[in-house]
Parts: sequence; structure tokens; C-alpha cells
Amino acid sequence: MWAYIFRRFLQALFTLFIITIVCFILTRLSSDPMAQYANRPGLTSEDKVRIRRQLGLDKTIPPQWIQWMGLPPETEKKIIDNSGLPAQYFSWLGLALKGELGTSFFSKQPVSKLIAERLPMTLLLMATAQTITVLIALGLGIVSATKQYSLTDNIITTLSFIGYSMPIFFIALGLMLIFAVKFKAWGLPYLPTGADVWNRRDATELISHMVLPVTCLVLIQTAGYARYVRSSILEVLGLDYIRTARAKGLTERTVLYKHALRNAALPFITILGLDIPYLLGGALVTESVYAWPGMGRLFWEYAQRGDYPVVLGVLLIVSTAVVVFSILTDIMYTFIDPRIRLG
Amino acid sequence: MSSEANFTDIPQLRIESTGPALSPAQLIWRRFRKHRMAMAGIVGVILLLIFIIAGSIIVPETKANEVDLRARLSTPSEQHWMGTDSTGRDVFYRIIYGGQISLIVGFLAVSIAVTLGTLMGGIAAYYGGWVDSILMRITESMLSIPSLFLLIVLGKYFGKEVQTINIFGRSFSGSVGIVILVIGLTSWMYLARIVRANVLSLKEMDYIAASKSLGASNARIFFYHLVPNTLGAIIVASTLGLAGAILIEAYVSFLGLGIQPPTASWGNMLTGAQTFIQRGSWWMWVFPSLFIVFTILCINLMGDGLRDAFDPHSTRHL
Repeated sequence: MWAYIFRRFLQALFTLFIITIVCFILTRLSSDPMAQYANRPGLTSEDKVRIRRQLGLDKTIPPQWIQWMGLPPETEKKIIDNSGLPAQYFSWLGLALKGELGTSFFSKQPVSKLIAERLPMTLLLMATAQTITVLIALGLGIVSATKQYSLTDNIITTLSFIGYSMPIFFIALGLMLIFAVKFKAWGLPYLPTGADVWNRRDATELISHMVLPVTCLVLIQTAGYARYVRSSILEVLGLDYIRTARAKGLTERTVLYKHALRNAALPFITILGLDIPYLLGGALVTESVYAWPGMGRLFWEYAQRGDYPVVLGVLLIVSTAVVVFSILTDIMYTFIDPRIRLG
Repeated sequence: MSSEANFTDIPQLRIESTGPALSPAQLIWRRFRKHRMAMAGIVGVILLLIFIIAGSIIVPETKANEVDLRARLSTPSEQHWMGTDSTGRDVFYRIIYGGQISLIVGFLAVSIAVTLGTLMGGIAAYYGGWVDSILMRITESMLSIPSLFLLIVLGKYFGKEVQTINIFGRSFSGSVGIVILVIGLTSWMYLARIVRANVLSLKEMDYIAASKSLGASNARIFFYHLVPNTLGAIIVASTLGLAGAILIEAYVSFLGLGIQPPTASWGNMLTGAQTFIQRGSWWMWVFPSLFIVFTILCINLMGDGLRDAFDPHSTRHL
């Protein structure tokens, strides 16, 4: 068990290492922070050279990566000389864990501050949507599985199939058209569209702005989860111990809730555990349609401008969370399912 | 049925004798045909292809890209069946040509993803050891970075110098090639895992040992014995992947970072729809969206049917 956790941990470190390299190289190659200075009048070419040096853009990619990892310049030289690499890596890890992610080129603010501003908004939106989704999906999945091939099951299955194939912007735009634009035109109480300016501290305004994006996320996500719950319950219901339980004369209720659900919940918990870290990244499309000030929109805005420290910061936070949660899910699994022995 | 009388006391043979012996492919086709929803999906896809191909023969592409500022944002009418967009381009014509682009992007992107995924997963499983470790860590890293984010970053990288491509006497925005490449590069990971799992179990089988002892090369074993035996999983994954790729193209183009106008795609016809919604021009986004939904739905139905058909244990639809 501990040996397994240790091995998983080492693997994760290696994965994270590759992630930092992949993210850094891609982002660095893809963005030209100097582009914003291109048409500025009164900027001489000497100024541009100076700005490039200040931003650390005059170096080749490997030293830039090292600099971004937060290492002091002396160690930068050492690493290029290829001495004491593991020690340097861990010292970077320490810095990154402290949240040092550099400064945005565009807004001149620390990346950690920009992210800290957006993260609560994203979590508020995503966690609300996720909670509602899970509850609805569990309900639908259970009904659908216990009444397999009935009319209700067929309706739920068909709807979740359609939901599964639906692009999220279609639902987002449709909801906006009906509940924001048309309701306003018909003189009914209407919800705000993304274009409005609003005060984040006002609870009623906050909630009224949340309703549509949350509904839209729930509609999209429920489909996949409900399909999953249905199939894992059906799988468990076909097992021998369920037949035994029924043969003992237990009521269908007891069989379902005391025997079947516990085992059917295991794969569902795994999926949930693996999905939770993605909540940090927010929802790119939904956030951009409804102008929700979250992480997805932060990423999109800054990626368009080529502001790579911000882009890297978001990428790194989300992918680290994904790696960490996959280990946690694995470990948690061994505790809730005694049949699993990791070796 | 005439043979039935001779074998009445051997019940299992009676089943066999009801028809000619069937090859695995025939069995799969039979199972697939019985899957009503999957057949509906196939019919839908064929109708869509007919619509797009016939449409592009009848309507020249210049009409789809024709800007007419006097007719901008006009409602659906006899002249413009599905209205016009903010620069007066006909939405119906753009749907025909946008559909072409969306389907081509989806198809080529999936081809790249399938090739990469099969090679990565297959090689990792076949060679095992440190090759496996490294390839799987790379797969895991790519999976850990949210794909839409990765796509946007990659798209910006490749999108720096976009040139117009000329193929078959038509010119496409260079962004088409970039989007294809980038979607392909970011969606091979699931398939790599599936192929790896399959090859891991297949390579221990006796026929592989036999083929090795006959002196078959690694490449021969890989491409002639291992890959064909995991083809079912690959076909299912790539069908569902096709739906995914079309959807992703729509998302990126919708965000304005994908295929660039004047080349139409179903996704970029929707760019900025949230600002037009308040002016009431619903036709601009409803029609392309409906086409996306229809396409994805049909392809997913097909994929679902294929999954059941390729699963020899599946009896539900027999």
C-alpha cells in the first residue's frame, strides 16, 4: 500500500515535470508579448530592446523556463552547467508551491493575485453547478436503472443522449434568448444578459447573474453523469449477490439502497474525484457567453493577448490539481472499496 | 432448415444450422443493423453528406462568401432562406460550405488522433518497460492539461503566420490546417490508453508467440496481428472522437480562435452570437447550431451502435 502510494507519488512528480516543460515551451512559443508595443508611437528600438531584457525575452527558451520556475539567476547558471539538477528542481517546487507565478506583462499585476481574484467566482459558479448536477444525475440514474426499458427510462435515456450531443453554446444562447431577451420583450420578470455591468458584492445581483450559467452547465453535465449512474447500477444489479439478497426475501427497496447502491457508487465517486480539479479551470464557453468573471475567461482574455505568465499560471494550477486529485482518488478508492489491494 | 431433422438431439447445432456460417464482420454488421437508433444515425449522416455535397455542386462558394452590406441581418425570406449575417452573407449557403469545413476538420483531426493514439498506446504496451513508462507519463501529462486550454495555446502558436491554402482550385484560410493539426494533437490520449490496454493482453497470447517463433519482425507483429485485433475499439473510439472533434472545432471557432473568416465553419458562424442575440437576429446562430446538434447526435448514435455491435457479449439488440 505505502509502496504503491510512494510509486504513484514519484510518477506524479515526473508527470508534473513534463507538464511544466510542455506548458512552458508551448506557451512561450505561442505568444509574443512584444506585439502590444508594436504600434506604440515614440517607442524607439532601443526601448524595445530594453523592454525585452526586462521581461527576460532576450534569452533562449531553456533559461527562460528556469527563470519562470522561480529559480534565482545564480542557480540558473548552475542548471545550465548541469550540476545539482534534482536539488534545483525541488527548490523550484518549493517556490511554485508558495504561489510565485510571475507577473502579468499586460496588467503588471502578479499572476497569483489575478488568479486569486477570479478563482472564487469560478468556484462559486462551478461548485454550485456541480452539486446540482450530481444530485439530479443520481436521481435520474436510479429511476432510469430500476425501471429499465420503461417509458420513463426511455425518455431519460433519450434526453440524456441528446444532452450529451448538445454543444454548450447552443443551450447558453437559447436560455439567454428566452429568459433574458424575450422575457424582457414580453414584459415579464427577466434575467440579466452577460453584457450588463453589475455589482459583484450585491447578493441578489450575483444570484440573478448565476442562474443562467448554472442552468446551462447543469443541463449539459447531467446527461453524462446520469448515463454513467444508470449503467453502473445496472451492472451491479446483475451480480450474484443481488440475486442472493433478493432470494433471501429482502424488499426491492433494501436490495437497491442497502446493497446495490453502495457498490454502484464506487465508480461514480471515482469519476467525480477525477472531474473535481477541472472545476478550477472554469467553463471557457459558458463564462465567455455570460461574461462571467472566472478563470476560463481570464485564460481566454490573456491568451489572446499573448500574456504568457497568466496563461502558464492557469495551466499549471489546473493541471497540478488534476494530477493531485487522481492520486487522491486512487488512494481514497482503496479505503472505500476493501476488495482493491494496490500493489 | 432441412438439416434440422438430422441433428434434433444436438440442440446447439440447431442454432448454427439456421443460416450460413458468418464471418466476424458479418456478425458485427448483423448486430449493427438490428440497432435501430444506430441505423437512424447512419441515415442522418448520409442525408447530411448528400445535403453538403449536392449543395456545394449547386451553389458556388463565392455565393457563400459574398458580402452584401445592404442586406445585412435580414430575416429569413425567399431570397435568403435562413437570413443573412452581420455582413450580409447568406446563412444557408454558409451552412453548406461551413458543413464541408466542419466535417473535413473532424475527419482529418480524428485521423491524426487515431494514428498517434494507436502508435503511442501500441508501442508503449508492446515494448513495455521504460518505453511504456515514458510514453504513458507523456499521455498522462497531456490528459492533465485541460484540452480546450491546450488547444487555444497551441492554436495561437501555429496560428502566427496564417497563409491561404489552395487545394483543388479552392482557397481555404490557413487556420483550417492549424485547427485540424491542433485538434489531432490534443485528442489522441484516450485512444492511446485503450489500445495500450488491449495490446497488453493480446501480446501474451499464443498466436503472438507462434508468430514470433516463425521469425516475424516486430513491425509485422504490430501491424498485422496486434492492431487488427484491437480494430473494434479503435473504430468505436474514432467514431465517438469524430463527434468530439466537430464539437471542439465549433467551440474554438465560436471563441474566435479557430477557423478564420471568410472561410465558413459551423463554429465561426456563431462567433459573437451573444451580442447579436439582443438585437433579435436569432437565425444567425439557431440554424448553424441545429446543424451541429444534428450531426453530433447522428455520429454519436452510430458510435453507440458500433460499440454494441463490436462487443461479442452484447445480446441486447439481437
